[in-house]
Amino acid sequence: MNLSYLFDAAHWDFSTSGSIPQLLLSHIWYVFLALVIGTAIALPIGLYIGHTGRGSFIAINAGNAGRSLPTLGLLMLMVTLLGLGLLPVLIALTVLVIPPILTSAYAGLRSLDQRVVDAARGVGMRPWQVLTRVELPMALPVLMSGFRSAALQVVATATVAAAVGLGGLGRLLIDGLAVNDYSRVLAGAIVVAVLAVLLDLILALAQRWIISPGLRASR
Amino acid sequence: MINYLSNNSEAVLAALRQHIVLALIPVVLGFLIALPIGYLGVRVPWLYHPLVNVAGVLYSIPSLALFVFLPVVLGTKILSPLNIVVALTIYTVALLARTVADGLRSVDFLITESATAMGYRRFRRLVDVELPVALPVILAGLRVATVANISLVSVGALIGVGGLGQLFTRGFQLFYIEPILVGVILSVLLAGVADLVIVLIQRAVTPWTRFQGSRA
Repeated sequence: MNLSYLFDAAHWDFSTSGSIPQLLLSHIWYVFLALVIGTAIALPIGLYIGHTGRGSFIAINAGNAGRSLPTLGLLMLMVTLLGLGLLPVLIALTVLVIPPILTSAYAGLRSLDQRVVDAARGVGMRPWQVLTRVELPMALPVLMSGFRSAALQVVATATVAAAVGLGGLGRLLIDGLAVNDYSRVLAGAIVVAVLAVLLDLILALAQRWIISPGLRASR
Repeated sequence: MINYLSNNSEAVLAALRQHIVLALIPVVLGFLIALPIGYLGVRVPWLYHPLVNVAGVLYSIPSLALFVFLPVVLGTKILSPLNIVVALTIYTVALLARTVADGLRSVDFLITESATAMGYRRFRRLVDVELPVALPVILAGLRVATVANISLVSVGALIGVGGLGQLFTRGFQLFYIEPILVGVILSVLLAGVADLVIVLIQRAVTPWTRFQGSRA
């Protein structure tokens, strides 16, 4: 294994374009944008379906449909339709984020003990309060696991974005392959894998921190 | 799209065939490897958490990274289909080892005790009692792994071997939407069919699960 590319200080200089920190930053930026936009779309829909029980058909099937969509095909389809640029890639990544979050928001709310929800109504909470103070906090463990799998999928797919001309860590893989520079490919593979594992670890810690201790004790 | 299909039916069929092979061999291999690993995670209780964590880390490695990383480790050629098969087998094992362990752990203690009382030895009990009872959980995991594999194979097109993914890269290079559309639709259909087949198998081999609703 040739690690010379990864450990060459010149490739870690932030000021040169295409350096590892720059690619890392753009990678994280794509992931962040897709997660924020995807969550903003999927979370309200998932919560609405879970809270009201209406349209549960959509929520149940969204997860399966999302898993079966080939990410590379989706990405290349969007780019062919809309041209090169950030927008088509962002649309493709967002489409991937939506199913796991929508499904887990729905599943999280449905998995709650209905007696708890009834009790919340019984003590005089309004529907909005029931949702934000009881249902949402209690559904967080399930919701967070959906968010984590969405995040991992976007980190992985954002590497594929380099195949359609965008930046991100996929550049090291794609460009390295193009010029047979395996040291660069290896550097890309290692940095992406470390990023994915670190992100999952951070989210796992965040999960521990934001989930009510009362819920943890009962598990 | 119909035009594209009729003009390129052979290339599309070859891509589809390769896609099926590349996706399903890892499912079978991964399942066979995951069974003993998952069982070990149950037999040796302190192994369970390390097992789940290692599986989680393996599963979080992006597929493209694994596809290009494996030739370096295995010494295979970058264009070898073996890279895709090994990478997807790793994902399948990561997913199924945990499912197998969870499935076996979900078997009611009373059931294993009764089997022991009836004279089942450890291995027979595992094969005849515990595995069948755990099947619904294990098959649910198998469905997820199969569908995920089918959609992941196409990423392999970026390193030259990717079944239907080759239709994506070809369409993208020519900026021509039809092959991409055909590839996406076939890939989704394939995933749907594979999923359905496993559901039907599950119904056939675990007839008792259909009556669960009527039990107390």
